[in-house]
Amino acid sequence: MQLTLWTYEGPPHVGAMRVATAMTDVHYVLHAPQGDTYADLLFTMIERLPRRPPVTYTTFQARDLGGDTAQLFKEAASSAFDRFKPSAVLVGSSCTAELIQDDPGGLAKALNLSVPVIPLELPAYQRKENWGASETFYQLVRSLAKPAAKDTSPPSAKPSCNILGPTALGFRHRDDVREISQLLQALGVDVNVVAPLNASVNDIQRLANADFNVVLYPEIASTTASWLERQFGQPFTRVMPIGVSATREFIREVATLTKLPIPDGLEKDMHSVWYSRSVDSTYLTGKRVFLFGDASHVVAAARFASEEMGFEVVGIGTYSREFAREVREAAKKYHVEPLITDDYLAVEEQIKSLHPELILGTQMERHIAKRLSIPCAVISAPVHIQDFPARYAPQMGFEGANVLFDTWVHPLMMGLEEHLLGMFREDFEFHDGAAPSHLGSSRVAEPQATALKGSAQIDLPKPPTSLTSPSSWSAEAEKELGKIPFFVRGKARRNTERYAMDQGLSTITVETLYDAKAHFSR
Amino acid sequence: MTQVIPISRSDVLDCTTNAVISEKGQREVFCGLTGIIWLHRKIQDAFFLVVGSRTCAHLIQSAAGVMIFAEPRFGTAIIDERDLAGIADANDELDRVVSELLTRRQDIKLLFLVGSCPSEVIKLDLSRAANRLNGKHGSRTRVISYSGSGIETTFTQGEDACLSALTPTLPNRRTRGKHLLIVGTLADVVEDQLSTLLRKMGIEHFDFLPPRNSSKLPEVGAETLCLLAQPFLADTAKQLESRGVKRLRAPFPLGAEGTTQWLQAAATAFDVDQKLFEEVTHAPYQRAKQSIERHRAQLEGKSITFLPDSQLEIPLARFVYQELHMKLLEIGTPYLHRQIMGPELEQLPRTTRLSEGQALELQLDRCDADQPDLIVCGLGLANPLEAKGFTTKWSIELVFTPIQGYEQAGDLAALFSRPFARKLKLVA
Repeated sequence: MQLTLWTYEGPPHVGAMRVATAMTDVHYVLHAPQGDTYADLLFTMIERLPRRPPVTYTTFQARDLGGDTAQLFKEAASSAFDRFKPSAVLVGSSCTAELIQDDPGGLAKALNLSVPVIPLELPAYQRKENWGASETFYQLVRSLAKPAAKDTSPPSAKPSCNILGPTALGFRHRDDVREISQLLQALGVDVNVVAPLNASVNDIQRLANADFNVVLYPEIASTTASWLERQFGQPFTRVMPIGVSATREFIREVATLTKLPIPDGLEKDMHSVWYSRSVDSTYLTGKRVFLFGDASHVVAAARFASEEMGFEVVGIGTYSREFAREVREAAKKYHVEPLITDDYLAVEEQIKSLHPELILGTQMERHIAKRLSIPCAVISAPVHIQDFPARYAPQMGFEGANVLFDTWVHPLMMGLEEHLLGMFREDFEFHDGAAPSHLGSSRVAEPQATALKGSAQIDLPKPPTSLTSPSSWSAEAEKELGKIPFFVRGKARRNTERYAMDQGLSTITVETLYDAKAHFSR
Repeated sequence: MTQVIPISRSDVLDCTTNAVISEKGQREVFCGLTGIIWLHRKIQDAFFLVVGSRTCAHLIQSAAGVMIFAEPRFGTAIIDERDLAGIADANDELDRVVSELLTRRQDIKLLFLVGSCPSEVIKLDLSRAANRLNGKHGSRTRVISYSGSGIETTFTQGEDACLSALTPTLPNRRTRGKHLLIVGTLADVVEDQLSTLLRKMGIEHFDFLPPRNSSKLPEVGAETLCLLAQPFLADTAKQLESRGVKRLRAPFPLGAEGTTQWLQAAATAFDVDQKLFEEVTHAPYQRAKQSIERHRAQLEGKSITFLPDSQLEIPLARFVYQELHMKLLEIGTPYLHRQIMGPELEQLPRTTRLSEGQALELQLDRCDADQPDLIVCGLGLANPLEAKGFTTKWSIELVFTPIQGYEQAGDLAALFSRPFARKLKLVA
């Protein structure tokens, strides 16, 4: 038994729903009590789907438990089949139904439906949402995929691939599919099937017709891709094309698999590399960033953060235990301890102790960031409604890199703005308490009085991070501090006080000021 | 003025004896665990510990929408395979989790162990666990259990289960004289408004259940009269009656009329002079009427169907019929308690179609046939119905928004008119 306040992943049957809802003509009959229908709102409200997930819930009640819940399941399955006329039926149990052991698979088989019935065994007390999605996709493909049709295509035909992994309720799956499909087209590769997103049963049946598979989301598609490789000899891609370097690697990987040349002009709309090299981005250097999310997004984002943004990765972690190894390896690269946990409070503790300047995480970290007033961008599921944007905003490919650059920089104060704020911090028209000048001088807020106490004797507002210092400034030291250019004065004051405290000095003299300067400029 | 305003239409009222469509099938409703979302905000020193599965935790988190609190006063003790396989004793595990929790949260004075579908099915006896844990932690934190499981409770019934578990712990009232107990979670602002009105009428001795703090449990006794502020509290009412409390018959305080009738029930029971009653209610009644009027202009004659959700459907239907002049097609409710709903049903037109329980697909078929102008439904259905061309109102908003009393009557009307107002604005 484990105490949980917030959970990163839902139960495994929600993963199955993500696969079923992504597809066009399957129906999922879920043996479940009243209340489990809450999962519908994830799709209709968070993802804003204009249709109900294709799921029928048997809705058994306490009074049914003594009677025949199995009969209830059979009735629900057969009436769902008659009403929705799916091309394949998935059947399974939610956590409670798993305990009453009705065997939905066997019961559905006994109905002799005219379409394939795929029983799902998703152990709810052991596994979670992503595993459930992966297993469901795997069972679907295993049951439905057929050997490749006899090759009737002319020898000049383009190589083809499947794109595997995108589901309903996935973080930017819709846009990643579009971006990567366009990239593959540009490379001269046809996309045979995208699955499960928008795939039909018929599409699943013809997966083997492709030459290779693109694994877009390893958490969901790795198991299936490995099976397809064993079964039909289809190789699959290993690189998740997030960031410019990774996208280039992905392109080389595809080129190797297809023996196609890499055409020119693939990068014509890529701007993130130049933006990152532009001098205004200098302030991004060494920004301390903490990353948390599903394993593959975190590993990819850490690479982009470090190599393409120039950030310093100060912490990295994942809630996907199944993929913890990848995160551990990445952590070694950045010389940090990986945090493998699904305990939200542990993540919050870690963030508090690391003092990052930017958090890249899930919607859970977004809440932590809001509480701690740390800038944050979302890089991984679980996400909330605002992370299903109306506009095209992929994470993958070159456009994805543009999106990452923008969305990660956005929560930070812009570089020039930051410099200006520092430079004019003590200016009487431009201090922390002053309202923007375009709003009129009458809006100038209260602390103005203290900021106007004479140019050499300005009291900086104490930064919130500084500890109450026991050291006091001597008059000479204070005067000397006034000679320091005002845009670095605040930092000088903070460093000196910190140094004095570390040294146990009660008074800060001119000597202390310069000792501190020497100490920190090492 | 306190009379029910006669409706200009020639409807024959009273559907207390109407036949009810009773259905069993897929239910698109939350389970009783969802009540934790508002109960934990109301009782501010209580913690709700669900003993259940990851699904339970995910449900509460999804239904609550946003995680405002880092360490909320609710959580789930997630049962895992070790507990099921008997490798770990589930009771020992629960004791461990509770000890951990109470060590961390010293501020918790009342702990609810909340049963779920899995805990019910594996027959984990939470009332025994509560007794045991009371022995251990009772000096600082009282432990009470109830079930919010989906196999037993629908949505708001979770509050009923919670309050009826709380009722036996209410202290005995020793003071003589009549005493009023208002039962059902109301927003603080609503409680304050109602309190002011009651005091103006000279009713001084009254309490609310649930209280804002667990140390302020109301006392009950033979001279206690109770007035339900929420319609879903049948078990709690029964529990209170077994303590000698007399339940006052009244409709629910929704809209100007509902609020007046509800207050009238209290006034009559406390022998409040009718003239004083009218003096006290006159101004707020007029204000409420005025604030409703604007919305009535938009809603008059529009047809409406309620899908079953919170058991508020019948009182809400009475409000939209009586005060907004909407046309009722079907009113679905998860459970129909005829006794409690009596004063509401009397005021509904006889042509109203009532349904109890749910077979979702059949009910949606009836919506297709009826083509209501407005469908009040849960979050899972709203967007799919909008995409089919219907106009919808999320029922959950009617549970989470303060809608009771005079000063909220306009807000309540606005919840029904807003979907139309928005559609009129959007041209693309």
